Amino acid sequence: MSHRSSTIGHRLSAMNHRPSARSEFLSGVGAMLPLLVGVAPFGLIFGALTPAAGLSAAGAMAMSAFVFAGSAQFIAAGLLAAGTGPWLIVLTTLVVNLRHLLYGATLAPHLRHLPHRWQTLLAYVTTDESYAVSILRYQSDDESPCKHWYFLGSALTLLTVWLATTAVGIAAGQAIPAPLSWGLDFALPVTFIGLLIPHVKGRPTLAAMAVAGLTAVAAHRLPNNLWLLLAALAGVAAGVWAERIWPSLDQPSD
Amino acid sequence: MEVNYQTVKLLSLLYVPSYEALLIAGMALVTFATRYTMIALLGRISVPAGLLRALRYVPAAVLTALIVPALVIPADETLALTWRNANLVAGLVAILVAWRTRHLLFTIVVGMGTFWLWRWGLTFIGGSL
Repeated sequence: MSHRSSTIGHRLSAMNHRPSARSEFLSGVGAMLPLLVGVAPFGLIFGALTPAAGLSAAGAMAMSAFVFAGSAQFIAAGLLAAGTGPWLIVLTTLVVNLRHLLYGATLAPHLRHLPHRWQTLLAYVTTDESYAVSILRYQSDDESPCKHWYFLGSALTLLTVWLATTAVGIAAGQAIPAPLSWGLDFALPVTFIGLLIPHVKGRPTLAAMAVAGLTAVAAHRLPNNLWLLLAALAGVAAGVWAERIWPSLDQPSD
Repeated sequence: MEVNYQTVKLLSLLYVPSYEALLIAGMALVTFATRYTMIALLGRISVPAGLLRALRYVPAAVLTALIVPALVIPADETLALTWRNANLVAGLVAILVAWRTRHLLFTIVVGMGTFWLWRWGLTFIGGSL
């Protein structure tokens, strides 16, 4: 009994004062859980389609472990199946992942105090999902010194599930009954809504969102995730421009 | 030593043809480069204040760009601004819930619940997307 109350007391003090590395890591794990519902079907599908693309089982696992980038992996599998040469696949991968430059630029000011090996590790595990949950953690007001543990917790959770679902997909192959027909992938945009909306403040941010959303829809036929990069850049430009029209009104925190 | 079939089968699971290994190494390298370059670069030089200000809009812009097409372009390639689009209806409900409650898990539960309920309801009126 006394043990139990002291644990709860410890947790409360961790929440109220300085979160420890451990509590930040676990919060990061928890923040990723809802996104896993949307990511898992894609891991299963990727694993299941790799034999048809001519990838060995170990090769498919290595791709999920070392490339660890969903859309690039799907596109690579498609190009392999179509008999595309390796240089073009690598080049396409680069273009598909150009949006990471933007993520890296936003994360950099928050990571610059970290040792080099931490920066390398966190760069390796940056994805759309881990970026989304971690950058919002970095932008929250409290001065926790352990937010990189939150980033790592969320990202390693995603990596673990990405590897596990790839493996299950390879093993089950076509036996998996079309996981996307349940609409589980809709969990991704819904989670992004839940993450983003409470953080929206200020007219420049709304302008950035409006322009990014419209650009994404208008440009969605652009291949290789270029629509996403274009929409992000257009949104940022709109935000900066709107700041000049509505100066010093409520602006996003950094 | 007798080599049994199971052992050979298990070992073959570990085999990556050299063509694949090179391809995956190339993909891993360029992907890591896109993730690492800015963190390394902006971690060393002092970043202009204007750029830092602009970067604050990246999260909202990226997330909106991921959300909006998922709501209004549910099936391949066609814009569906109609109440028969369960993604759009559930997405709008989720936005309202997230705005009013600011609660992530509640937003996800209500959003997915609305989505499935709407799809289920559409089967009764014979509507398909």
